[in-house]
Amino acid sequence: MTSTERWDLRLYTAGQSPKSLAALSNLKRICDEHLAGRYSIEVIDLMKNPRLAKDDEIVAIPTLVRKLPAPLRKVIGDLSNEERALVGLQLRPHK
Amino acid sequence: MGKSERSAAVARPAPRTLPKARTGIEGLDQITHGGLPQGRPTLVCGGPGCGKTLLAMEFLIRGAMQFGEPGVFMAFEETGEELAQNVRSLGFDLDQLVAQKKIALDYVRVEPAEIEENGEYDLEGLFLRLGYAIDSVGAKRVVLDTIEALFGGFTNEAVLRAELRRLFRWLKDRGVTAVITGERGDESYTRQGLEEYVSDCVILLDHRVNDQISTRRLRIVKYRGTTHGTSEYPFLIDEQGISVMPVTALHLDHAVTDERVSSGIPRLDAMLGGEGYYRGSSVLVSGTAGTGKTSLAASFAHATAKRGERCLYLAFEESPKQLVRNMSTIGLALEPLIAKGLLRMHASRPTFHGLEMHLVQMHKMIVQFEPAAVVIDPISNFSASGSTSDASLMLLRLIDFLKSRKITAFLTHLTSGGKAMEATDIGISSIIDTWLLVRDIELGGERNRGLYVLKSRGMKHSNQIREFVITPEGIELLDVYVGPEGVLTGSMRAAQEAREQAAALALQEELAAKQREVERLQATLETQRRNRAETALRRGGEAARAKGKKPA
Repeated sequence: MTSTERWDLRLYTAGQSPKSLAALSNLKRICDEHLAGRYSIEVIDLMKNPRLAKDDEIVAIPTLVRKLPAPLRKVIGDLSNEERALVGLQLRPHK
Repeated sequence: MGKSERSAAVARPAPRTLPKARTGIEGLDQITHGGLPQGRPTLVCGGPGCGKTLLAMEFLIRGAMQFGEPGVFMAFEETGEELAQNVRSLGFDLDQLVAQKKIALDYVRVEPAEIEENGEYDLEGLFLRLGYAIDSVGAKRVVLDTIEALFGGFTNEAVLRAELRRLFRWLKDRGVTAVITGERGDESYTRQGLEEYVSDCVILLDHRVNDQISTRRLRIVKYRGTTHGTSEYPFLIDEQGISVMPVTALHLDHAVTDERVSSGIPRLDAMLGGEGYYRGSSVLVSGTAGTGKTSLAASFAHATAKRGERCLYLAFEESPKQLVRNMSTIGLALEPLIAKGLLRMHASRPTFHGLEMHLVQMHKMIVQFEPAAVVIDPISNFSASGSTSDASLMLLRLIDFLKSRKITAFLTHLTSGGKAMEATDIGISSIIDTWLLVRDIELGGERNRGLYVLKSRGMKHSNQIREFVITPEGIELLDVYVGPEGVLTGSMRAAQEAREQAAALALQEELAAKQREVERLQATLETQRRNRAETALRRGGEAARAKGKKPA
């Protein structure tokens, strides 16, 4: 994994629920720390666009989808465990 | 106006049962007394391959097609494409319903391998998707198939249980009639042991194999706030979908009729008070092998169809073609009647299905064909595909069903040799109205058939044994010879008849001879009388002449 790779992330939320807000702030913190300058986060509020849930087969909220780099990964939950989030996104190999 | 309305409302008793959503599935609406609880969730559970998905799908499709209630099918196991394919074999065009916006299909793929869990989450995404699908077609019905697949995708059971509870509540709040399917657990009706408590109605499906014969059964485990049938009901999946046989309480309150129907054999009609069987009664013919039971049955079927009434012939020993061929040799042309659609034959082996399946199948055919008479030939083999008590119970149900529809039932029964003739090993004799017995009469080195009416409720019937002869023109019943020589049949009867005829002829000849003798005597007497008269006249003349001479 080269350090110039672009990270394309998508976070599915449902309105302003505490879990959604927690997930977003946790995600931003992790990205700023590990992927500074080479990531983008798209937040999709399914309350507003329930149609979009189909695209990434979203059932749980919040769900983080790593579109790029391939392969596609999904992490569900508020990302409160930074260590596990890093492993889940494959920013850090499994120990 | 308002006043009168109110008084009308008071006068009318409040409806006691819950509002129900009809499923349109044959028989299920009868068992549930009207359908599934409207606006509430119903759980359909069972093992793999028991028909859960099909039941749910049929509920949805029939709702959309027959009752104008659009529906949402949320699948967790099969894709929309697969589902459409599955129901196409049942004659439903799912794609068209989707195109017409009567049904929305949403396949939710839950892939545990792709998902990492981290921290708190809920299933709001599922709710939003479902809500969106419901809104897109204005759904009144929702199916979730199956709930287990959802559980497989997530590891946090506490969250799942809480969300499941919320889902049922949410469905109720949306006011949709929902069917949720679930795999059967080891000790409870479902794997989680939770769904059955939060559902208003629980239907258990079961697919059992006994003695290599499979039977599907359906049971309503619970139904809040309403009465329902509690037995296990057999059901069938065929080209038309699911049909459940509502074999409930055995009623004995069928309407009866005085109308008679011919047996197809004039002489037999004469034995039965001159008019034949009662319409809607049950007729049993029992006898040992080769006594002509099937011929009697075919005669009845033939006569029924000839009158222009429909007759269903259920053959459990011979194929329809073989029956048609065999009956054509005794003067019964069944083929044209089949072609006209008045006679329908259906053959199957008794061991092909379980008893219940036979019952469901017969029930279904009878409902569809609406015959005036049903022939079952024979009933004796049913005990081979179940225990004797099961078989008799099945026939009892069947006869009750036929009676309730005023359909004449004609059953044949093979009596095994060595047993009492007046007993059926299926033990249904008590529910038979007219019972004919055909038996062998072995006499003079011949085996002949005798027929008599063992019983016939509500009519004057002959107590005579008739000799039963099958000729190329049909069945004939002849008087047996009863006299000083005993009961004679077959060639002995013929010989006796010939002897009697010869005797009669001899008597006639003797009479004729006597007659001729008398005539001859009469002729002689006449001649003598005439001669005497002439002599007298001659003598009279001579005397007169003599007198004349004397005075002279």
